[in-house]
Amino acid sequence: MPLKAVILIGGPQKGTRFRPLSFEVPKPLFPVAGVPMVQHHVEACAKVPGMKEILLLGFYQPHEALGRFLVSAQQELRIPIRYLQEYAALGTAGGIYHFRDQILSGGAEAFFVLNADVCSEFPLQEMLEFQQRHGDVDSFVILGTTANRTQALNYGCIVANADTQEVQHYVEKPSTFVSEIINCGIYLFTPAIFQHIGEVFQRNQQELVLEESSNGWQRAEVIRLEQDVFTALAGSGKLYVYKTDGFWSQIKSAGSAIYASRLYLNQYSKSHPERLAQNKPGGPVIRGNVYIHPTASIDSTAVLGPNVSIGEGVTVGAGVRVRESIVLHGASLHDHTCVLNTIVGWDSTIGRWARVEGTPSDPNPNDPYAKIDSETLFRDGRLTPSITILGCSVTIPAEVVILNSIVLPHKELSRSYKNQIILLSLPCKSGCLQLPGRSWPVSEAGELRTCLSCVCTLPCRSRL
Amino acid sequence: MRALILVGGFGTRLRPLTLSRPKPLVEFCNKAVLLHQLEALREAGVSHVVLAVSYMSEALEAAMREQEQRLGIRISLSHEKEPLGTAGPLALARDLLAEGGEPFFVLNSDVICEFPFAALARFHRRHSGEGSLVVTRVEEPAKYGVVVSEADTGRICRFVEKPRVFVSNKINAGLYIFNPGILQRIQLRPTSIEKEIFPAMAQEGQLYAMELQGFWMDIGQPKDFLTGMCMYLQALRAQHPEKLHSGPGVVGNVLVDPSAKIGVNCVIGPNVTIGAGVVVEDGVRIKRCTVLEGARIRSHSWLESCIVGWSCSVGQWVRMENVTVLGEDVIVNDELYLNGANVLPHKSIAESVPEPRIIM
Repeated sequence: MPLKAVILIGGPQKGTRFRPLSFEVPKPLFPVAGVPMVQHHVEACAKVPGMKEILLLGFYQPHEALGRFLVSAQQELRIPIRYLQEYAALGTAGGIYHFRDQILSGGAEAFFVLNADVCSEFPLQEMLEFQQRHGDVDSFVILGTTANRTQALNYGCIVANADTQEVQHYVEKPSTFVSEIINCGIYLFTPAIFQHIGEVFQRNQQELVLEESSNGWQRAEVIRLEQDVFTALAGSGKLYVYKTDGFWSQIKSAGSAIYASRLYLNQYSKSHPERLAQNKPGGPVIRGNVYIHPTASIDSTAVLGPNVSIGEGVTVGAGVRVRESIVLHGASLHDHTCVLNTIVGWDSTIGRWARVEGTPSDPNPNDPYAKIDSETLFRDGRLTPSITILGCSVTIPAEVVILNSIVLPHKELSRSYKNQIILLSLPCKSGCLQLPGRSWPVSEAGELRTCLSCVCTLPCRSRL
Repeated sequence: MRALILVGGFGTRLRPLTLSRPKPLVEFCNKAVLLHQLEALREAGVSHVVLAVSYMSEALEAAMREQEQRLGIRISLSHEKEPLGTAGPLALARDLLAEGGEPFFVLNSDVICEFPFAALARFHRRHSGEGSLVVTRVEEPAKYGVVVSEADTGRICRFVEKPRVFVSNKINAGLYIFNPGILQRIQLRPTSIEKEIFPAMAQEGQLYAMELQGFWMDIGQPKDFLTGMCMYLQALRAQHPEKLHSGPGVVGNVLVDPSAKIGVNCVIGPNVTIGAGVVVEDGVRIKRCTVLEGARIRSHSWLESCIVGWSCSVGQWVRMENVTVLGEDVIVNDELYLNGANVLPHKSIAESVPEPRIIM
């Protein structure tokens, strides 16, 4: 059966919680377990028999890194991969609706839609077989997984018939408990989906005509799969859920990138054993799962792992300890440094004997259904302890300690810091870490304000 | 001549170290505090020292038996059943002190300085007063007892304990010499020499002050213990530089016991004391620390302003700073961060201490 896959990669205004890392590279290209985030999606799609083409869909402007990724992925996997750029953020359904002809071209009988910011085992073949067993040829499948009762409220919740797995009810981020089965952001559609999306589009247009003033940013073409399509399809006999116990996590923040790395590195022992570093005479000590780029230079007395990714051209000096961290390309760790629960930005330098440490935000290990928390940057006016992030080209001097802090790009530090965001001025109250500029509000008397770009993405509220 | 050393109390401010040893036996720059004082007294002609003790006296007694032979002086213990303050112990040891009929020294066991006992004795004999005390200049006199004296004679006019407004920057250094007659002023009950005896003597013009040359420190708490160590090592550099350590990776003033072992690629100093049998593994950085006997610092760790207790084991890639004090036999696991941790003896530390606190 001819298949397609669409990966929703979003755009610059989305994924604000991934700053400052997303200042340098679009979030979907951020390396997780040594390769760009979406490469895991692309590899999983390419493995499904019958996959004809993979489409990346988003509203990023053409970007050099994105172009390079597409070229190398196509070469390696030998399958057409293209980027479709939305003219505006059209929502998770609006984009695929806009490009429906391209998606269905070549006679695709079904297509997967995957959110780029999830980490998963991608049981795509199983979803396909499930769809063929249940429902009719025009039915759709949502990949679901189990969450605990409290955390389920942060996701799309699915109530399904226990025998048929038909979705009877769907609510996105309810305020009261609905179901522990949550939406993984991975779907299998047939061409019939566009008819349903089209109906939503018509309704939107009619509503806008009725409304006198338009807010400008509310368009008829902005259609969300979750709130607008699934809630309507629930109970219609067209929507089904395929439940998986395989690993799954959202990747919203830097902390979750480290957690996702661990999940993928774990999977490498079966899927890509060549990506895992081994203990070798004359090589560094490797504990657990570690990815080391072939061009990285690691001293033999370094001890790496578990859950460490070392990027291209990184140098790791004598007696260095790295654990639960991502070291991005070009970074340099001098002798005797200790790097724990940290993302070290591109081309950053950490001086001798420095300690750079964050606090992991892992889900509760005692709860098999616990998911990583979507942490808020601040709680009660204080910075919540979290993964330490060093932006691009940060210099950490020798012998200092950097604890639970976020250092914005190009800073050269001169002392220790704990529990701080080191940047040029106060951050946005919603924690988006917007840099100063035209969209930055003047803050009076040190009071935190919400920056204008966050105001735009939040439900309409009075301007500050 | 005779001397009385006020050992007294529980040494609570120097916990956790004083939970394992009496304070005078804690090694300061690789030699028990008490030994620094005994050696200086012996050099000034003292042949009999009385230790006024109340806590852990058995440990002290045993240690002193050893030293008596070696030093060639007689050491007696005067045991307080109840705390007698800073003057009461003199009354308790009255018979021992008055025996020779000569002036006798009194000193606080917390004091480390360039002990001026011979000069103090000469100074005392030149004037007709009942007592002389040593004063030293400090930056923050309000923490101590402040002395106001005549510039030419040194006669003390006023004596103010912990003044709230600036009076003078010369403070009581805790070293005295008294004529036996002073014993008539002191009764056998808890008495403060600073608050009750000295003010009266000063009024009568019987008390004189001699200014100390050189460094001085009250090492009764860890922060000051380390500051005192820096001063002592600096004085050692000036007077006996051959006793300090040198070599690759040694920076500034560093004292290392000959039986200690230091690995490769370490940077030690400035202001570090390494005790007997200590093992410092490769790639370790130590600044402004005292490492007591038998401890082991494992590779790639970084220590600044710490006291590592006897037989401790500090793991690999550990960072310790900000007056972290490890009691005896503490184990710190690998890769931890201790900031101002005060750890009681025999504890195993498995979690970082990012903000100062006491670990029981």
